[in-house]
Amino acid sequence: MDYTILLLAIPFLMFLIIGLLGYKMTPKFSGLLGSAGLAVVTALAYYTAYRYFFTEFGQAADGARETIVMFNYTWLDLSNASRPDLMIQIGMLLDPISVMMLVVITTVSMMVHIYSMGYMHGEEGFQRYYAVLSLFTFAMLGLVVATNIFQMYIFWELVGVSSFLLISFYFTKPSAVRAAKKAFIVTRFADMFFLIGILILSYYTKTFDFLKLTAVDPEAQHATLVFSTMGGKMFMGLSVTSIALLLIFLGGAGKSAMFPFHIWLPDAMEGPTPASALIHAATMVVAGVFLVARLFPVYFFEAPDVLHIIAYIGGFTSLFAAIIACTQTDIKRVLAFSTISQIAYMMVALGVSGFGGHDGLGFTASMWHLFTHAMFKATLFMAAGCIIHAVHSNEMDAMGGLRHYMKKTYYTFGIACFAIAGIFPLSGFFSKDEILVAAFEADKILYFCQTFVAGLTAFYMFRLFFRIFFYNEPKFEHTPHEAPANMWVPLCILSVFTIFSGWFPFSKWISTDLIGYDIHTVWPIAIGSTVVALIGIGTAYVLYYKKNDIPDRIANTCKSFYTWASHRFYIDEVYLFITNKIIFGGICAAIAWFDRHIIDGFMDLLGWTTNTVSEETKEIQSGSVQQYAWVFIMGVITIVTLALYL
Amino acid sequence: MMAIIFCINGEKKNLIRMVMAAGALAMLGTSVYLTLDFLAQREAGATAEFLYCNDPIPWYETLNINYSVGVDGISVAMLLLSTIVVTTGVFASWGLEKLTKEYFLWFLMLSLGVFGFFISIDLFTMFLFYEVALIPMYLLIGLWGTGRKEYSAMKLTLMLMGGSAFLMVGIFGIYYYSSMDGNLTFNILEIAKNHAMPIDKQMIFFPLTFVGFGVLGAMFPFHTWSPDGHASAPTAVSMLHAGVLMKLGGYGCFRIAMYLMPEAADQLAWIFIILTGTSVVYGAFSACVQNDLKYINAYSSVSHCGLVLFALLMMNKTAMTGAILQMVSHGLMTALFFALIGMIYGRTHTRDIREMGGLMKIMPVLGVCYVIAGMASLGLPGLSGFVAEMTVFVGAFEHSDLFHRFFVIAGCTSIVITAVYILRVVGKVLFGPVQDKHHEQLTDACWYEKVAAFGLIIAIAGIGLAPLWLSNMISDGIMNMLK
Repeated sequence: MDYTILLLAIPFLMFLIIGLLGYKMTPKFSGLLGSAGLAVVTALAYYTAYRYFFTEFGQAADGARETIVMFNYTWLDLSNASRPDLMIQIGMLLDPISVMMLVVITTVSMMVHIYSMGYMHGEEGFQRYYAVLSLFTFAMLGLVVATNIFQMYIFWELVGVSSFLLISFYFTKPSAVRAAKKAFIVTRFADMFFLIGILILSYYTKTFDFLKLTAVDPEAQHATLVFSTMGGKMFMGLSVTSIALLLIFLGGAGKSAMFPFHIWLPDAMEGPTPASALIHAATMVVAGVFLVARLFPVYFFEAPDVLHIIAYIGGFTSLFAAIIACTQTDIKRVLAFSTISQIAYMMVALGVSGFGGHDGLGFTASMWHLFTHAMFKATLFMAAGCIIHAVHSNEMDAMGGLRHYMKKTYYTFGIACFAIAGIFPLSGFFSKDEILVAAFEADKILYFCQTFVAGLTAFYMFRLFFRIFFYNEPKFEHTPHEAPANMWVPLCILSVFTIFSGWFPFSKWISTDLIGYDIHTVWPIAIGSTVVALIGIGTAYVLYYKKNDIPDRIANTCKSFYTWASHRFYIDEVYLFITNKIIFGGICAAIAWFDRHIIDGFMDLLGWTTNTVSEETKEIQSGSVQQYAWVFIMGVITIVTLALYL
Repeated sequence: MMAIIFCINGEKKNLIRMVMAAGALAMLGTSVYLTLDFLAQREAGATAEFLYCNDPIPWYETLNINYSVGVDGISVAMLLLSTIVVTTGVFASWGLEKLTKEYFLWFLMLSLGVFGFFISIDLFTMFLFYEVALIPMYLLIGLWGTGRKEYSAMKLTLMLMGGSAFLMVGIFGIYYYSSMDGNLTFNILEIAKNHAMPIDKQMIFFPLTFVGFGVLGAMFPFHTWSPDGHASAPTAVSMLHAGVLMKLGGYGCFRIAMYLMPEAADQLAWIFIILTGTSVVYGAFSACVQNDLKYINAYSSVSHCGLVLFALLMMNKTAMTGAILQMVSHGLMTALFFALIGMIYGRTHTRDIREMGGLMKIMPVLGVCYVIAGMASLGLPGLSGFVAEMTVFVGAFEHSDLFHRFFVIAGCTSIVITAVYILRVVGKVLFGPVQDKHHEQLTDACWYEKVAAFGLIIAIAGIGLAPLWLSNMISDGIMNMLK
């Protein structure tokens, strides 16, 4: 027990205080209070990271990184005689990836807290916004430091609900409410698979604990320990382990918006832009990647088939989302599809990764890309927020030529665009390059796919860039102006990270077997990807630097494909059809009808029968003595006759 | 004697709300004290299965019927639940004007029956209290209800009475076949200790008892009294009925049917697992298309109570603990739901979700409380629903039979469907633009409504954040019974 518990306690307290007493505070005070609380948390997180990576605190005797459990309280006891270890605990696990995530989350959250004071200024429900931000930060920190898979699930649900509350922030707007519902239900649907996966996994391994699950057998170097009991059990052609891990991955795919669960993320852009930056770009949506990374040894040793599936789902999603991103006109949606595509990159990296030393390059690259992506995507979103703030619209058509009005936004957005396109020496170049190297070593198809996506990424990002800052100026209703200081300062801080985080020695810090190793840039691949990116940028320059009719002509040549892509391949419509027509209209309505008319009808029929029978038979009790005597005599005669003849 | 305090407390209060509130708070205080004292005694090493047992007071010696009471961890949990719901129910019906005195009298009669049921360890006394709890429902719904109240009251009472007919046969069956040496007894503990009931008799009387209680626990296909009954009942009666009375069913299934006839329970479990598993999914699907707030909640109760019986039938410690937790949790959150629906209905005079919208803006306090209730219902961590559901799922999945685990997976789908119907209501009623201009003048919750709602929310969040003590207390009781 030491200061680390404050990392969770402070945001939670802030949530309670602002949530319960917020209506008594002035908006400004609640914002400052939330930010002050988070500033402390950020300082603690940086201190923890410093201690972990730079002092003996995080070093084991043999030079490897240590995995440290700071505290672990039993929250709920689910044990029984045959499974004494089955407990849900709330604790804190420090290892390279969780410490890195602490830094990412607190940094971005801090910037968003400051930025929101400007962006959300004067909004109704300002206090509510800050309360939910604190709740989200609490939940996300709890998720990454989870010591067991059930703790992760608990916080997993909590981040889901804070995302719901933030998307529905403008709750009088029907589209925002729809988007929030969609986000919650789609991710919940995926979470159901996650839960079932946890159940299957814990049934066989008898534990929830990450340390036990991921412990690698030191002798054999191939099997993780607790899985020895599971070996060989098959179900429907796959081993039980694979099924459980596939289900768990599906949970992660829901949160990380992998195909086919990606449909919620673009709609989630209905929420306030800073919330999108924090939740739907930098932190929450990478929870799925984090989940796979957390269980990586299990995936690698016990279910390599699932790891292949992950790589291919990732590859497909990144291509799919990148194509759609090229056709969208709402700038936040372009960024949303770009987020999907980039997260898919991280999935690919995990999917192609090996274990131990340089083989684990994919793992390192994935986490590295997670870090750099969080920084440049948060920058992009916040800059987009500044632009929306200035022109009061999300549509590209309302923008153009903004470089004259918003210098700081222009530069930061530009830096982030170059970073995401993977141009040397910005951070995206390094992390993306390592992913491509890992893919090249493992699977050539994925390598070419991802390189092509890198080109597409450069294209759609610069399409956005040129459309916003160059192109022809539309008629502005009032002159756009630069955002206030509390908005552009966080932007600048993040772009500093965007520039330099590529030079951090990630491979020394994060590796599959916790032992640092060296990486070198593989020049052919690096040059290849840079050339592809430059082609993308060049195309965007030709098409969108000035207004011309080439884009329309291209759209017309491949009209049907363009229509399909701009309607996001009609996946949403398919979902709508399934939910509305089949589930609501078919199953639910049928069950409700069955209930009212068959089951309840039967009960009513019973009542009606009783009533009718008594109505009919009440005539018998007429009170007329003659009738009674008649019945009596006939009865006696019948009985006597029966008695005589039987 | 705790039990007697409860009973006297119940019978004396009949005049006005203040007395009622004071009495209810006293009951709440007593039950909290009881809980603390129970935990302290367990801590101190009291190992008897039931604590606070009285010496049996015979009241019909010929048949060996005694008034004997006592509590274990499970009954303590249920008593705590009942007193919380009764207390908040009193506050929720503070504004009732029509025949206040009579209303509260019947209300107390109901509570008396409930408390008596939970503390009895004599089968016959238990059955007596059960009937005491059922009868007032008829009058409470028939007189103070809304809508098709006579029909609903009649339906509810008849179906439950039908259930108790089964139950009575079951109880007499247990009475006659459970004794080894001709010493007939109604005492649950002695019957369990004798353990003399032949298996073929168990096979007859187990289904009777289980179905008898299952009717009250809203088991498919005997649940149809629930939507109509809840829709017509006045606020506090819905609260008490769904919150506590339906728990009598689960508690009875557990304490009488399964505890006294374990072999039959083991053999016949599969039938009831199918039925209750169906309840879980079926109730949730039905709730998705209802338009009346109370119907939605009634079907959601069918789904959640189905989970209670479902978990009980898994017959292992974790699942059964989950079942009792689910009873407590469902009792609290459904009481909160009905209280809030009553408050909303009292203002808008409609329960049709198509006619409402944007209420969050007009009555933020009620709106936030409703969202919290909804979140508890769909199993958000930090609120009680999650604790109960997860204990149930993990516990039930430990069953080594593939059949059982298959049904658990089917049951898991309910967490998604629950989210669908909860968010549908939240989205339509609370969020979005205001539908009806008249609603804009409506006021937010007043003080007694806030007391009722906040009281329940504190209980829900309390269990949700720190569930360990409750689950330990319950599993302690379960362990004693599983022995």
